[in-house]
Amino acid sequence: MDVIIENLPLYWEGLLRTLFLSVVSGIIALIVGTLLAAARVSPVAALRGFSTVYVEVLRNTPLTIAFFFAAIVLPRLGVTFQQFEVAAIIALSAYTAAFIAEAVRSGVNSVPLGQAEAARSIGMAFGQVLSLIILPQALRTVIPPLINILIALVKNSSVAGAFFVLELFGYGRQLANAHGDQVMTVLLGVAFFYLLLTVPLGILASTVERKVAIAR
Amino acid sequence: MFARFSLMTTQVPGDALVSLKAVNKHYGQLHVLKDINLNVRKGEVVVVIGPSGSGKSTLCRAINRLETIDDGKIAIDGKELPEEGKELARLRADVGMVFQSFNLFAHKTILENVTLGPIKVKGVPKEQADKDAMALLERVGVGHQAPKLPAQLSGGQQQRVAIARALAMKPKVMLFDEPTSALDPEMINEVLDVMIQLAKEGMTMIVVTHEMGFARKAADRVVFMADGQIVEDATPEEFFTNPQSNRAKDFLSKLLTH
Repeated sequence: MDVIIENLPLYWEGLLRTLFLSVVSGIIALIVGTLLAAARVSPVAALRGFSTVYVEVLRNTPLTIAFFFAAIVLPRLGVTFQQFEVAAIIALSAYTAAFIAEAVRSGVNSVPLGQAEAARSIGMAFGQVLSLIILPQALRTVIPPLINILIALVKNSSVAGAFFVLELFGYGRQLANAHGDQVMTVLLGVAFFYLLLTVPLGILASTVERKVAIAR
Repeated sequence: MFARFSLMTTQVPGDALVSLKAVNKHYGQLHVLKDINLNVRKGEVVVVIGPSGSGKSTLCRAINRLETIDDGKIAIDGKELPEEGKELARLRADVGMVFQSFNLFAHKTILENVTLGPIKVKGVPKEQADKDAMALLERVGVGHQAPKLPAQLSGGQQQRVAIARALAMKPKVMLFDEPTSALDPEMINEVLDVMIQLAKEGMTMIVVTHEMGFARKAADRVVFMADGQIVEDATPEEFFTNPQSNRAKDFLSKLLTH
């Protein structure tokens, strides 16, 4: 236990870094994912095709590959950044956006077709139909799965630890190396701090789920 | 020189507000619209009847391009229906549509359902839109329901709100796609009364329906469709008393025996 208490500032620093990675990637992923879902249901075939390919590729390959791509391939293509955090954020948001796109798309599909037809029939353009009529109704069904995706994002951010980004898992690894005799305790500490982030999200998910159920 | 000038305005012949020329549509193998020609003049009320699967709903939905067509031409007030995009949205605002299943926006109040189009599509100031919407809701007899959500209203009330929503856009023509087919019998008349009133006020209407009473009372013309074709196009009087085709005679006899 001592090793955790002695290194609380380090754990705390790691927690904040993980939180930062997750929040920034989460916001970017929500925006990109929603745009991808919009492209997926748009009347433009090229947009639909792009969105489908993007989602299928990112969703069906390991996150580590996204990280390798962002941290190693992108710099060789001329996209350079000062900190590996940027690469981590690119990889995490690109990967998570694919899952968010799928969740939002299924939410859009849960709204009856007649809603879109009625909106189109009073002269709304595609963007208005989506933002004023479809997405507000889709949101209800989408929030619980979205929170699950965000929980996964918090945990996935630990992959960044393997790419020179110091976050909760990265600090944990450092500590484990420094205290070879207390690896178990160190890792339990890491797990505890992850739970500190993810459990509240889970509670939020079930609260929202219950609220949505009442609203119907 | 002058001949060229006259060619430049390639308008629809006569004063047709809605014109369909040689319109065809397939669903895979099924030929749902076969070479449809139809002109509807301003102020005219045309009732489209026919057995299920005759293509009458598809015809109605094709007029504001909720269904695409394979070939032929559809024009509203002389302007041919454009492809998807801003242009089409603008034209659709001129064509009011009332659906079988009402399709009121489930997350918006009754008042918002009516004001959304004018505010977002036409840029009418909210205050003005609210005032106009209340007047329309009063006109269709549901003014006191304005703050409620659609699910709190009966089917007949919802359909009257849907009519008000379409009217709020000040359309040139109103399309009704089986507006009473999803209603309980005791609510059908409250919707038909609103439609009859609308017809009397001179609105151009295309109504797909099974309500023969409405056709007799309010229609200027009855169009009978079967198997994707327009089989008869006559006044209600002619059609109901002296149908020409066997298909129409058969259809009417089935209606009368029940």
